[in-house]
Amino acid sequence: MPTDAPAAPAAPAAAERNAAADRVTGLDALELGGATDRERLAARFWRSAWPKLLAVAIVIAAWQAVVLAELKPAYVLPGPAEVFDELGAIVTTGEFWDAVRLTMTRAVIGFLLAVVIGTVVGAAVATFAPLRAAIGSLITGLQTMPSIIWFPLAILLFQLSESAIMFVVIIGAAPSVANGLISGIDYVPRTWLRVGQVLGMRGIARYRHLILPASLPSFVSGLKQGWAFSWRSLMAGELLVIVPGALSIGVRLQSARELNEAALLIAWIIVVLLIGILIDVLFNAADNNLRRRWGLKQP
Amino acid sequence: MTAPVVSLAAVSKRYGRGADALLALDQVSLAVHKGEFVCLLGASGCGKSTLLSLVAGLDEISGGTLDIDGRRVSLMFQEAALFPWLTVSGNVELALRLRGVGRAERRRRAAELLDVVRLTGFADKRPHELSGGMRQRVALARSLAQDADVLLMDEPFGALDAMTRDILHDELERIWREQNLTVLFVTHNVREAVRLGDRVVLLSSRPGRVISDFEVGHPRPRRIDSAEVAELAATITDRLRAEVSRHAH
Ligand SMILES: Nc1ncnc2c1ncn2[C@@H]1O[C@H](COP(=O)(O)OP(=O)(O)OP(=O)(O)O)[C@@H](O)[C@H]1O
Ligand SMILES: [Mg+2]
Repeated sequence: MPTDAPAAPAAPAAAERNAAADRVTGLDALELGGATDRERLAARFWRSAWPKLLAVAIVIAAWQAVVLAELKPAYVLPGPAEVFDELGAIVTTGEFWDAVRLTMTRAVIGFLLAVVIGTVVGAAVATFAPLRAAIGSLITGLQTMPSIIWFPLAILLFQLSESAIMFVVIIGAAPSVANGLISGIDYVPRTWLRVGQVLGMRGIARYRHLILPASLPSFVSGLKQGWAFSWRSLMAGELLVIVPGALSIGVRLQSARELNEAALLIAWIIVVLLIGILIDVLFNAADNNLRRRWGLKQP
Repeated sequence: MTAPVVSLAAVSKRYGRGADALLALDQVSLAVHKGEFVCLLGASGCGKSTLLSLVAGLDEISGGTLDIDGRRVSLMFQEAALFPWLTVSGNVELALRLRGVGRAERRRRAAELLDVVRLTGFADKRPHELSGGMRQRVALARSLAQDADVLLMDEPFGALDAMTRDILHDELERIWREQNLTVLFVTHNVREAVRLGDRVVLLSSRPGRVISDFEVGHPRPRRIDSAEVAELAATITDRLRAEVSRHAH
């Protein structure tokens, strides 16, 4: 039949095309392997939680043991039960939350200013070679300075004020942020840079679509380290620079010591520790999320 | 014959200057015509990658003339080098975006190109979720998204296992046909060159010079394990061996 004639030779070709498509999709399916079952959320939570809970239990037990051994009188070193009672009592008070709010406001504002300054300085140093030669090692030098060194100067410059505390917080955190960004930009893999060239990226587009996203993991580490420095500097600042009327966590700590209330003092130390851990958990969550999406870490 | 799409006339490439200068390519002349599939073979360090980056315009030639008469040249590497912060589709769309294609059109065109490389349904995956062969196909889609009609490939399948490579040969051949591409393909693997190429060009060891140019007459589709491919591959391998042993003296 004339209508069949053209279809006849086409049929094997079409069959071969389908076979080729099947080979490709079949191989893809094999190479990807079976998707592993996602561990249940509760199970995953428990797996990461139990070592921490165990560690806390050991610390509390050791503390209790030291108290029972009576190496120090109980009014200087109270036991865990007494401290946790004190902690339970203060968290229900308005003054507690006012102190936490004041300190956290300082921490967040100081940190954000440090991020802005660190990012601008880091981007400038990474981009302009003469600037790097001039202040590149200065930034690393600043990073190694203990923040307490800056307080006499800060108090001289700004008296006993919020500005004095902010000055030290920023100078403590900004170098880490800047260095995180600089090393992120420096270590963008060469093949990515080549691909950027092949794709015709230039100027701003190159920064926006390649350099900045590629340096993100290192930048996040810089942020995390910067936060740790700013939190330490802030705690030192609140103990040294008492701003009249500002009842921060540091001031509460000092007054607990002046009143010889050891349980209260330790309760505040635990609060500082808990805030530190909480923020660290947030940074780690952001970091892990990034790594998982990039495939830098097995889920 | 039509005018060549890529033509190199006595092209040289020197890295560095003065006493430390290294001559990577020495008076290379080569013409690749429209729709041709040319494979480039040569010992390690003979300047194959250098030649491709010159043609891609990533590097300046030191002497001779280089003419390109294509819409656009794209270059693929041994690693797919996809950006991990973008999805599969996002990687392809970025190439379109850098050409100024609008958002809706980008999405549509990227989906179309992922169909071409048979990755329909993987658009929203992350690169690390794909196998090596699949990533190379995304890289191919990204090159096509550049609207490239001249495709330079630098050992693109070098890191893949034999089975995957075999299937990707079929795929590349199909896409080369369907998209009317001109391909310049660098490899270490002589059989791969004979399997794919219309011509196989041999470069000498450093400094690279063209020493022979084999026409591969066998009808397509060829199989890498066929007797004809093996026979020509043996001839070319002998020629390469002779070139390498020349360096013993
Ligand atoms: N940017 C560069 N600066 C200096 N020398 C270079 C540069 N790029 C390549 N070379 C040198 O030029 C020569 C050719 O290098 P090329 O990478 O082109 O070789 P190749 O043939 O691709 O090698 P392979 O098979 O190992 O990939 C080598 O000796 C290499 O060291
Ligand atoms: Mg090479």
